[in-house]
Amino acid sequence: MLTARGLTILRGGRRALDGVELAVPPGQVLAVLGPNGAGKSTLIDALTGELAPSAGEVALHGQPLPRWPGEARAQRLAVLPQRSTLEFAFRVDEIVAMGRLPHASGRSADAQAIELALAQADVTHLRARNYLSLSGGERQRVQLARVLAQLWPASADRVLLLDEPTAALDPLHQIAVLEAVKQLATAGAAVLMVLHDLSLAARFADRLLLLDKGRVACVGEPEAVLRSSTLSDVFGLALSVERHPERDHLLVFPR
Amino acid sequence: MPAYAPSRPLLYFLASLLVLAFWLSLVVGPTGMALADAWRAIMHLLGAPVDLGEAQARAALIIGQIRLPRALLAVGVGAILAMTGVAMQGLFRNPLADPALIGVSSGASLGAAAAIVLLPLLGQLPAGLEPYWLSICAFLGGLAITSMVYRLGRRDGRTDVATMLLAGIALTALAGACIGLLTYLADDTALRSLMFWNLGSLGGATLPRVWPVLAVGLALVLWLPRRANALNVLLLGESEARHLGFPVEAIKRELVLCTALGVGVAVAAVGMIGFVGLIVPHLVRLATGPDHRTLLPASALAGGVLLLLADLLARVPLAPAELPIGLVTALLGAPFFLWLLARRADRC
Repeated sequence: MLTARGLTILRGGRRALDGVELAVPPGQVLAVLGPNGAGKSTLIDALTGELAPSAGEVALHGQPLPRWPGEARAQRLAVLPQRSTLEFAFRVDEIVAMGRLPHASGRSADAQAIELALAQADVTHLRARNYLSLSGGERQRVQLARVLAQLWPASADRVLLLDEPTAALDPLHQIAVLEAVKQLATAGAAVLMVLHDLSLAARFADRLLLLDKGRVACVGEPEAVLRSSTLSDVFGLALSVERHPERDHLLVFPR
Repeated sequence: MPAYAPSRPLLYFLASLLVLAFWLSLVVGPTGMALADAWRAIMHLLGAPVDLGEAQARAALIIGQIRLPRALLAVGVGAILAMTGVAMQGLFRNPLADPALIGVSSGASLGAAAAIVLLPLLGQLPAGLEPYWLSICAFLGGLAITSMVYRLGRRDGRTDVATMLLAGIALTALAGACIGLLTYLADDTALRSLMFWNLGSLGGATLPRVWPVLAVGLALVLWLPRRANALNVLLLGESEARHLGFPVEAIKRELVLCTALGVGVAVAAVGMIGFVGLIVPHLVRLATGPDHRTLLPASALAGGVLLLLADLLARVPLAPAELPIGLVTALLGAPFFLWLLARRADRC
């Protein structure tokens, strides 16, 4: 369970985040949506403790984030950044294995976690490759495998934060990655992800949070948040909301 | 990365290479001696009960008094420069980083220049410190500039390595200007010692000069590998390392401190020897990949080997004259660096 109360971040006199309240309960996927500059990445940074809040606080399982010892926190909370800046030629499985460093679970458990994570992120076939030789989308999936290994075994005290996990991915892997994330939530983990694709958010998230100029504009189930009037206001673009012809979720597209 | 063990064969290979290079440094030199004599002399120095003839006693004297301290100094300095190179490349998350970036070398240069040019103006120094004042000033200079670079890099309780890098460049330039001023003021004797100091030399090694280097080198060899996992995740990114539960600020401080101490002591003992911290980790990475659990011990061994060989190159071909070893490493290192840049350009 990850909660934020009155979370405010001041940046150069501007309120990048302004009194954000949110809770990600175990077993749920919360998608954070909003236009560029709405404060989505700032929110991720504040929730992970990278940015100290100017007011308000973030709590993991009821305890304020800064009071968690590093390792105990890392056993429960994992973060997938928007892009990685690794400049060294690690092998893919070496990178995924780094996800096990906070745990003292022993060699065989670690190996099992790594195998599973490689498979879930669909990078098992790349395991012996040099990370620097991979494409952007492949790199992103390797990083996903690393955080999945970090949160293994999935349970109700695990929390995963993802900053635009699908940005560099082809349609097949967008779906595959979000399936893996959803599976983690089904196993009990709390998941918060920043997404740009409103239709993907509608399909994979249990609840949506619409962020606008640092404030929570709207939060709730997809049906409650994805209304064309609200969306058009926030995004400044006329958007239509329809039901998917075959699946029971909403689709959003420009008019 | 618990599932994968460090690569042992490479470490054994490098260790054997180190033993071989060390042995070569003991038996090869301007004073010719029969291999058998050298061998008996070494056995004698190792404490084996061997009777020495006249030639062998001479060999034992040369090896024990001149070549052994010099070889030990080469191994210690090589290991320190290579391991601190690894530490800096980890800290800056850039494979082309070098200990010089945090100003420790230019600070040590300034300290040495100040000692050479200004100390004689102060008159008689305490007699006990006479052989050491140059080293002490160089060490303190390195530490002073590095701590300034570190402080300038601090922002809101965190160290910004990009700011540190720029502060390092600025302070290096400033130190260079001060050295230029001192050079301008120096007399001919001082100029000559300043120039030779800047070129680096293992010559004139004596055991009292060697032991601080060996002590610090050993401390780094024992300490830095404990930070191998931390360095690995640091390469992923500082936030990523924090998210994996590592105390990133403490580790960065520790890496800067280790580098300042290590390079400070090394430069104080032998002067400026460039490129070792850059070349050695690179060669080792080509063989094993970037995993610091292998990279750190392997770089320590390879650094020792490289400096022993560079020293042989410096003193054997022109014997009895010798080249400054800093010149040899720069002549080998600069083209290597350019080759690395070209390779990187290919890859991108």
